[in-house]
Amino acid sequence: MNIRNIPREAILGLVIVALCGVIAARFPAFVRPSNLLSVATDTAPLIMLALGQFAVILTRCIDLSVAANLALTGMICALLNMAMPGFPMVLMLALALIVGAFLGAVNGALVWKVGIPPIVVTLGTMTVFRGIIFLLSGGSWVNAHEMSDSFTQFPRIPFLGVELLAWIAVIAVTGVYLLVTRTPLGRAFYAVGGNPHAAVYTGIDVGKTQVLAFVLSGALAGMTGYLWVARYAVAYVEIANGFELDVVAACVIGGVAIAGGAGSVGGVVLGALFLGVIKNALPVVNISPFWQLAISGAAIIIAVALNARSNRPKGRIILKKAEHTHEPV
Amino acid sequence: MSLYEPHADMTDTGTSRSIPDRLTSPLRRNLLGWESLLLIVGIAIFILNSFASPYFLSAWSLSDATFNFTEKAMIAFAMALLIVAGEIDLSVASIIALASTAMGAAATAGAGTPVLVLIGLGTGLLCGAFNGALVTRLGLPSIVVTIGTMSLFRGISYIVLGDGAYRGYPATFQWFGQGYVFWVISFEFALFAVLAVIFGILLHKTNFGRAVYAVGNNPTAALFSGIRVQRVKMTLFLLTGLMSGVAAICLTARLGSTRPSIALGMELEVVTMVVLGGVSILGGAGSIPGVVIAAFVLGLVTFGLGLLNVPGIVMSIFTGALLIGVIALPRLIAKWRK
Repeated sequence: MNIRNIPREAILGLVIVALCGVIAARFPAFVRPSNLLSVATDTAPLIMLALGQFAVILTRCIDLSVAANLALTGMICALLNMAMPGFPMVLMLALALIVGAFLGAVNGALVWKVGIPPIVVTLGTMTVFRGIIFLLSGGSWVNAHEMSDSFTQFPRIPFLGVELLAWIAVIAVTGVYLLVTRTPLGRAFYAVGGNPHAAVYTGIDVGKTQVLAFVLSGALAGMTGYLWVARYAVAYVEIANGFELDVVAACVIGGVAIAGGAGSVGGVVLGALFLGVIKNALPVVNISPFWQLAISGAAIIIAVALNARSNRPKGRIILKKAEHTHEPV
Repeated sequence: MSLYEPHADMTDTGTSRSIPDRLTSPLRRNLLGWESLLLIVGIAIFILNSFASPYFLSAWSLSDATFNFTEKAMIAFAMALLIVAGEIDLSVASIIALASTAMGAAATAGAGTPVLVLIGLGTGLLCGAFNGALVTRLGLPSIVVTIGTMSLFRGISYIVLGDGAYRGYPATFQWFGQGYVFWVISFEFALFAVLAVIFGILLHKTNFGRAVYAVGNNPTAALFSGIRVQRVKMTLFLLTGLMSGVAAICLTARLGSTRPSIALGMELEVVTMVVLGGVSILGGAGSIPGVVIAAFVLGLVTFGLGLLNVPGIVMSIFTGALLIGVIALPRLIAKWRK
C-alpha cells in the first residue's frame, strides 16, 4: 500500500498515539483515562476556535482576530455577570454566541462590502477588539470573587463524568462536521476556496459565503470566550494573547490547505489535540514549559512540509507553475 | 499573498491594474496618489498633536518620537519588498528575539561590540535563510512557514533564557540605540534615513526592484521573461532577516537588556506600517516613500497619544482603525463614484 493513499487523519492520529506511547513509557500516569480526558477538556477551546478558523481558511480567508474576539466576548460576559449575578447561564452562553457572531460579521462585512483583504481586516480588528476590552474594563481585572458561583461553575458541570465544556466542544465538532459535509453551505465553503471563479458560475455568492464563514468563526470564538473566562475565573485584557496563531497552527497541522478549499473536521480536531497533548505533556516529562513554543513552531513547519509533499500533483506536468518550480535558483 | 484575494476581483471588472485609455499627468497622479493622502493624514495628526500637548513641539521631544518607529521601519523597508514580491514574513519580531538572545549570550561571555554586531546580523541572516529555504526550496506558503518560525525562533529564546534576562552590554554597544550623531539626530534616525534612501533606490531604480514587482504581479510571467523568481524571493527573505538583525541591534542597545518577550507583536506593527504605506498585501504594488510616510504617521500617532497619557492598548484601537480606515476609504470612494 502506497503511503500516499493513507488518509492524513490516520497518520496524524498515529503520531498522536505514538507521542502518548513515548510519554507513557516513562510516565504511565499520563495515559490514565482521567488524565487523557482532562487533556482533551483543556484542548476544547482550541478545538472550537480551530473549527471556526477551518471554515474561514476553506474560503481562502484567514481570521487573526479570533483570540481578541474570545477575550472581548469573555470580558463582556464577566462584566454582565458582575452587574447582574442572577443572569441565567444558558442565556449567557447564547449572548456570547451572538456577540461573537456579531464581531465575526464585522470582519466579514469589511471583507465582503469594502473588499479589504481578510488578513488586513482581521489584523486591524484584532487590535481594535483588544483596545475595546481595555475601554470596557478600564484596564482592571475581573477576578474570581467578583463572579457568581453559577458563572464560574457552568463549564465544569459534570455530565456522564465529563465536564460541560467538553460536551459543548463535542456538539461544536458534530455541528461543524454536519455543516461542512451535509449542507449546501458546507459545499459552498469548499467550492469558494477551491475555485472562486467556478463557484460564481455555479451560482454561489462568494462574498456571502465568506461572511458566513467569518460569522461561524466569530460565534465559536465568542462562545469559547465565555467558557474560557468562566473556567479560569478571571477576565483581563491580555487573555489568550497570541492564541490565534495556535488556532491557525492547529488547522495547518490538521492538513487544512492555507490556499483554501481543502481540509477536514477530523484533521482539525486531531491537529488541535496534537498541540494539546504536547502542551500538557511537557510539565509531565519534566521539560521546562519554555520549550513549548519552539516545539509547536517546529511541529507547524514539519506538518506543513509533509502536507506539501503529499499534495504534489501526480503525473507529468508540462508547464510548472512558477511558485512550484524547483529548478536551480 | 495572492491566496488572500478578496472576492472583489471577480465582481469588479475594472480593477486598478487595468490599462487606462489615457495616462494621467504625473502631477495629477502624484497629487491624488496614496502617498499624498497619507501625507495629509500625517500633517493633520502633527497639527492635532501640537494643539493637544504643549510638550509636543520641541526638537528633543520630536527626536524622542522617532524611536517609536525607527526600528520597525527598518524592517518595514525589507518587508515592503517582500510583500510586493507576493510573500510575507511574520517571524521578524521573533528573529529580533533570537538575535538579541544570541548577542546577550555573547556579551555575557565577554564579546566586544564588533563581535556583537556581527552576531546580531549573522543571526538575522541565518533566520532569513531558513525562512527563504523553506519557501523557495520546498515551495511552502510563506505565511504558514513564518507563523511556524515565529514560534520556533522565539521558542529558542525562551529555551535559552526562560524567565531570565541578559544585561551588561558594553557601553560602546549601547550607542547604537542611545547615541546621537548630531544634535537631536539619533544614530537610529540617521540609519533609518540612510536605509530609506538605499531601499528606495533598490526598489525603484534597479533591475532587481523591477524584478520584485514582476514576481509579485505574475510569478509565471516573470519566470518566462527570464527572472529567477526563487532567487529573488530568497534574496528578499535574506534581506528581511538581515534588517531584523539590524533592528535587533538597535532595540537591544536601546533597552540595554534582552528578554525572550522582546519585540513581542512587532511583526503586526511592521505589516501595518507596510500596508498603511500603500503596499498591496496581494503583492505587485507599493512604494518606499509610502512606507516612510506611514512610519512617520504611526510614530506620530503613538507618540501624540502617549503625551496625552493614553495607554498603549487604547492606542492600538487607533492604529487598528487607522489601518482599516485608510485602506477602506479609497475603496469606498471608488465604489460610490461608480
